[in-house]
Amino acid sequence: MIPSSFDYTAPSSLDEALKLLRDLGDEAKILAGGHSLIPMMKLRFAEPEHLIDLNNVSELSYLKIDGDMLKIGAMTREVETEESTDVARYFPIFADVAKLIADPQVRNFGTLGGNLAHGDAANDQPAVMLALNASVEIAGLNGRRTVGIDDFFYGFYATAVQEGEILTEISIPIPKGRSGNAYHKVERKVGDYATGGVAVHLEFDEQGICSKAGIGLTNVNPTPMRAVRSEAALVGTILNDEAIASAAQYASEDCNPSSDLRGDVDYKRHIIRAVTKKMINKAKQRAFNN
Amino acid sequence: MIQCKTSKEIGGMGHSMKRKEDDRFVHGKGNYTDDVKLPGTLYMDIVRSPYAYAKIKNIDSSDALKIPGVLAVITGKDLEQYNLHWMPTLMSDTQMVLPVDTVMYQAQEVAAIIATEKYIARDAREAVKVEYEVMKPVVDPFKALDSDAPVLRSDKEDKKDNHIWHWEVGQKEETERIFNEAEVVVKEQMHIPRIHVASIETCGCVASYDKVDNHLTMYMTTQAPHAIRTVIALVAGHVGLTEEKVRVISPDIGGGFGGKVPVYPGYVIAIAASFLIGKPVKWIEDRSENLQADSFARDYHITAELAGTKDGKILATRMKVLADHGYTDASANPSKFPTGMFSIATGSYDYPNAFMEADAVYTNKPPGGVAYRCSFRVTEAVHAIERMTDRYALEIGKDPAALRFHNFIKKDQFPYHSPTGWEYDSGDYEAGLKLAMKAVDYDNLRIEQAEKRNKGELMGIGLSTFTEVVGAGPSKDFDILGIKMFDSAEIRVHPTGKAIARFGTKSQGQGHETTYAQIIAEELGIPAKDIQIEEGDTDTAPYGLGTYASRSTPTAGAAAAVAARKLRDKAKKIAAHLLEVSEDDLEWEPGKFSVKGAPEKAKTIQEIVFASYTNHPQGMEAGFEATHYYDPPNLTFPSGAYICVVDIDSDTFEIKVRKFVAIDDAGHIINPMIAQGQVHGGLTQGIAPAMYEELIYDDDGNILNGTLMDYLVPTAVESPSWETGHTVTPSPHHPIGAKGIGESPTVGAPPAIANAIIDALKPYGITHLDIPITPYKIFKALKDKGVLDKNIVES
Ligand SMILES: Cc1cc2nc3c(=O)[nH]c(=O)nc-3n(C[C@H](O)[C@H](O)[C@H](O)COP(=O)(O)OP(=O)(O)OC[C@H]3O[C@@H](n4cnc5c(N)ncnc54)[C@H](O)[C@@H]3O)c2cc1C
Repeated sequence: MIPSSFDYTAPSSLDEALKLLRDLGDEAKILAGGHSLIPMMKLRFAEPEHLIDLNNVSELSYLKIDGDMLKIGAMTREVETEESTDVARYFPIFADVAKLIADPQVRNFGTLGGNLAHGDAANDQPAVMLALNASVEIAGLNGRRTVGIDDFFYGFYATAVQEGEILTEISIPIPKGRSGNAYHKVERKVGDYATGGVAVHLEFDEQGICSKAGIGLTNVNPTPMRAVRSEAALVGTILNDEAIASAAQYASEDCNPSSDLRGDVDYKRHIIRAVTKKMINKAKQRAFNN
Repeated sequence: MIQCKTSKEIGGMGHSMKRKEDDRFVHGKGNYTDDVKLPGTLYMDIVRSPYAYAKIKNIDSSDALKIPGVLAVITGKDLEQYNLHWMPTLMSDTQMVLPVDTVMYQAQEVAAIIATEKYIARDAREAVKVEYEVMKPVVDPFKALDSDAPVLRSDKEDKKDNHIWHWEVGQKEETERIFNEAEVVVKEQMHIPRIHVASIETCGCVASYDKVDNHLTMYMTTQAPHAIRTVIALVAGHVGLTEEKVRVISPDIGGGFGGKVPVYPGYVIAIAASFLIGKPVKWIEDRSENLQADSFARDYHITAELAGTKDGKILATRMKVLADHGYTDASANPSKFPTGMFSIATGSYDYPNAFMEADAVYTNKPPGGVAYRCSFRVTEAVHAIERMTDRYALEIGKDPAALRFHNFIKKDQFPYHSPTGWEYDSGDYEAGLKLAMKAVDYDNLRIEQAEKRNKGELMGIGLSTFTEVVGAGPSKDFDILGIKMFDSAEIRVHPTGKAIARFGTKSQGQGHETTYAQIIAEELGIPAKDIQIEEGDTDTAPYGLGTYASRSTPTAGAAAAVAARKLRDKAKKIAAHLLEVSEDDLEWEPGKFSVKGAPEKAKTIQEIVFASYTNHPQGMEAGFEATHYYDPPNLTFPSGAYICVVDIDSDTFEIKVRKFVAIDDAGHIINPMIAQGQVHGGLTQGIAPAMYEELIYDDDGNILNGTLMDYLVPTAVESPSWETGHTVTPSPHHPIGAKGIGESPTVGAPPAIANAIIDALKPYGITHLDIPITPYKIFKALKDKGVLDKNIVES
């Protein structure tokens, strides 16, 4: 790799990192796992003058159950979410998604925080976070604030993380009753970004009626997208074939894919319909099998 | 089962000896071109054209030259002063080193920067300002022949169009008559896509010119170091770089696959820069440059037709090729074969008649046409013939396996003379297909498929029973730039019985350091581990044309066996002298001569070698050394029977290769483990164009997938668990009966996969899809047929 020249600092605390961000201004970039940023620097699409490496900031690396929340530090590696038993108990979707994110090298280093902060609708974790109704904690020198996932993604490579701020934590509500979730994307080969991907999270009441539904879509909209009509089509039903078919149909109608080498708009809508149906069925099956 | 004549200690033919070179590679001690570090090295980077076709109005280097560490910016005008701005291609066309006034494809070299660091050179790339006048390019090869198409090679004085050459072979009239009268004629238009070898190591060199000695050492990623040295001398002899003043060293190579046969402009510029400055100049391409500018492979548009009877007897084939060569014909073919060995396109079948023709055209794309893990256009031929065989089976409602048995060239027809002029050396096609069918349980697969079809599930079975033609080649027909395509071996055994052997070929991962040693071990009984193999240094190795087109075992491997036999003859004389018997009384077993009837009276090869230095018979030349330049009497014809089973998701059309069985026949096998490794790698490079890879250009000649993010090289995840096996039909004319294995799988796999996918889609009336066949392509085909929503989506 032959990037433009840059300076590099590796602070060991969040506070230090925030101060550096303030001092260096908008020519500085945070380096987490580097697996989105470094490829862009290699192609010189990104030419930051300073890199602030968070890899020594151990306080941002954790994964724990805290009351009725699963809390994940921003620097937690993708592989840790894939392997944690706490996570697997409630969220088998993490194992689904991790397997579809590139290869072990990328997952051993890429972080959950980086995956969200990159603000790329082609990344897979954003759709999962939408389905799971996560919230994100952002720290600045003036303190911390929490943003709901629906307010996090602004646009192409733009998120609620403002100049001088660092994403610190992701919180996911732990489902109380019967629940299931699943993710799949159609990709051209391993390590490819999604042609279309669908994350589904379902919760059920005691009668087996769907009480909550979260559906997030990958790479079929300028920003990561919640399939609102599809969710509504499921809640209050027992998820019969008809409800599932309309949810799938809505998702394919409501998404806004663009034509590219992965396929044209028609094809992508077709994929979204097919995968939405498959993932609702899979999440439902998981909910009722354990 | 493979029978070994030698013990495991000797490790001759048939032993699955571990690769000697791997110690070095797994310890990270390989020595690649980029590892060559010479004092005072300068670095070169290249400014490339963003346009496919444009006039260069001006190049302003002044800002770049202001950057500290930038020593020079070299343009076509600079090279023109030395008459080095154009160079010849292997096909006697011409290629720009650097353009003086016009760029012909996107990513073409426009100027070169020489700097003290590679980072500085890259920074300077953005500082060179080039003013272009953009022109409308010719991208579609069919439109290249339109009367109003711009004449791209206006540099050639009498060029009036974009047509390069026409070629034809076979029985034109007779074939036409058969087609007019035939009961069944099938026809498909197909494209064998433009692809790239995408070797892990990109191309590069360190050109090191010593002004005092007037001597150039060129470290470079080349599959053919000797030929390159000759070419350098031919091109640059006039400035003093005559052949004895040039040394080409090809160090370890991280994959070649044909892409490291050509001479790229970067090599020539680096030499020129080193020559002018008098310091070593290193040039290493990055991945995008490699993918976008270096030689492509394939890109044949084929109109294929097959004529036969209703009951399945093949009568004739007719093929018409349009070859897109980019802006120059820089194919890597033997001189007399503009379409390489495409005329092997009657395959494994007993065709009474065939007619094939091809036309090549210029377009605004990178040049190339390298033999990507393929003996010169055989992949294109095999794809056409194997696809058409299945197409014919579909048409007459016959099982594709049964149809093949019906039409195979029979075992007793060899040597077989094909209607396009080849003499196939040997083969047993029935045996191979039978073995493959047994391995997949073919009949039950067809039953399972029928059941699945009833449920609307998509399952397909595809066959490919191909014949390769490798080992170029006999001097009467084969040369490159006039140099005959022999190859060489030189064996030198030291007094203590250990040896070094050198070859004119160059391994890029094939395992020559092991297999050549095994051939010599087989012939001389010296343990393979005691034989060191060297290739790639033109100052030490004997002359040869290099490694590509599966030619190393057929040519240099044969040379090794013949040279070793010369030594064994000498050993016999020395043994007779030492044992005081006549040569006729001696008996050979690997590693020693003994007296017939008195086995305790024996001399080992080591004792004999020692005697050749210490006690050789009077009148005999001392030492133990032999060289052979092997001119093969014929090519070799490996074959294979491949069966692929696919399942296609009926909602998303994701394709899963459930099973793939490859039965190869490469004659005698030197090292079964290495052969199997070659097959695994080759099959993976076969699945690549079948399902993933294609270089795509838009109407303006922009490459749309010029990085590995979109140029989809399959990985272990995409690869099924390959099942391999073999039949053994030795080559009758090759000293050790070997035929070559490196390319068969790449050649044979794509049609097996394509045939399987198309077979899965049979219920929907699809008769052909061009590779790469992707889920998206299946979606579009079903949509075009109007069957998408009706039958599949809502099921
Ligand atoms: C070959 C390859 C294939 C891939 N395939 C996929 C895929 O299929 N799906 C997928 O989802 N991802 C994929 N990725 C991306 C991978 O998951 C990245 O690791 C991830 O998107 C970014 O995480 P990171 O920790 O590497 O972030 P970095 O690359 O270090 O950073 C990304 C961006 O986020 C910013 N940033 C990072 N952390 C923070 C923080 N805590 N606060 C504020 N800003 C921050 C950085 O400044 C930068 O702008 C792939 C990557 C590669 C190299």
